[in-house]
Amino acid sequence: MTQTSEPLPSGPDAASASQAEIDAEMAAISTAYDASLRDGGAAETQPRLDYAPYRSSLLRHPTKDVHHADPEGIELYAPVFGHRDVGRLESDLTIQDGGEPVGERMVVTGRVLDGDGRPVRRQLVEIWQANSAGRYIHKRDQHPAPIDPHFTGVGRMLTDDDGRYRFTTIKPGPYPWKNHRNAWRPAHIHFSLFGTDFTQRLVTQMYFPGDPLFALDPIYQAIVDPAARARLVATYDHDVTQHEWATGYTWDIVLTGSHRTPMEEETA
Amino acid sequence: MSTHPSTLPPTPGQTVGPFFGYALPFDGGADLVPRARAGAVRLHGTVYDGAGEPVPDALVELWQADEHGRIPQAQGSRARDGWTFTGFGRTDVDDTGHYSFTTVRPGATAAGQAPFFAVTVFARGLLHRLLTRAYLSLDDALAAGDPVLTSVPEGRRHTLVVGEDEDGYVFDIRLQGADETVFLEFGDA
Repeated sequence: MTQTSEPLPSGPDAASASQAEIDAEMAAISTAYDASLRDGGAAETQPRLDYAPYRSSLLRHPTKDVHHADPEGIELYAPVFGHRDVGRLESDLTIQDGGEPVGERMVVTGRVLDGDGRPVRRQLVEIWQANSAGRYIHKRDQHPAPIDPHFTGVGRMLTDDDGRYRFTTIKPGPYPWKNHRNAWRPAHIHFSLFGTDFTQRLVTQMYFPGDPLFALDPIYQAIVDPAARARLVATYDHDVTQHEWATGYTWDIVLTGSHRTPMEEETA
Repeated sequence: MSTHPSTLPPTPGQTVGPFFGYALPFDGGADLVPRARAGAVRLHGTVYDGAGEPVPDALVELWQADEHGRIPQAQGSRARDGWTFTGFGRTDVDDTGHYSFTTVRPGATAAGQAPFFAVTVFARGLLHRLLTRAYLSLDDALAAGDPVLTSVPEGRRHTLVVGEDEDGYVFDIRLQGADETVFLEFGDA
């Protein structure tokens, strides 16, 4: 592992701004959003694609209007996954690597629903995350925190007939990144989800309640509506917590509405 | 088709981040069919940012009908038995921002419909996935009757259409800039 000693890169990803400068940019965007709500503007439900405090978004967000379309043909369906696509043990991230990983063992469970509250059944859920020290098993993560030889941080499973998923894992740690000086990501688990329609595809991140880094994080704050971003925060659930074994969290995921009618669904 | 307006607010998206490479790509994800299969074609291209630089940490997903316009609903989208056409592909781009799928030409899913590949793009720096279509052709009667192609400003329409080379189709994805790809939303927030 190499300790970073070379000069910081230049360009939009350069970690040159201070946290105070990033905070001021985020506060200005938040103030403008509050004003737009007071003027009768609609509440936003998704992150801004154009969110300058997240420096990597500067050159990677579309600047032209997104085109509104009606889904057709293939877009009304989603890929199908079954039990041969997912290993039986892949929902337990603590038993995959020949030994016990270090950290706080936890269970996260919830339901995947469509916009009408219907369960998304037998569909693929994929997760990936840092270990308890905030380190990913990825060649691009070179920050000086230990790799855990017993933790890869990748899981996948199919939802059940009630749309429910359940992973056993280790609580991830926060980690530094190079967006700005002394930038730290709140602890999170990445989730990848499919619905019944192509248009429902979602990749997102689940966070933990009460994280002190929320207010400082431009990825989380890119969802400018406070109620919307709170939907990414799991709930500590003592009924999921297991005696002398694991803490428990609950997090439900709502995809956008399905465009298929129930009739089409039954004949599909 | 009728549209159900959502009654529950959706869970917001977040960027796929930089570290998905060991989690989301899978063996054979870029090969919807074996290269040796009759009718196999290549769909490939480069993802560019607003400065015209390749994006080396993007992930591209493909979802499509088979040659006959049938919508696959077979299991095995990750397991890849080499025989079942599941219509789904996923690949990360290489260090030059380039992706490449081996697949088949999608057929029209309904009479009179212009055939297209459905494409999803994820990247570090991209806060929510982008959806688009890669149409096979712009210059025929089907395209003239297509509600998306005909409603996109004429000067941007070409960004939704594949080019062709000796192996198949070329579809570059430009996240930003003068030749920015047209991205689609489907009536949901």
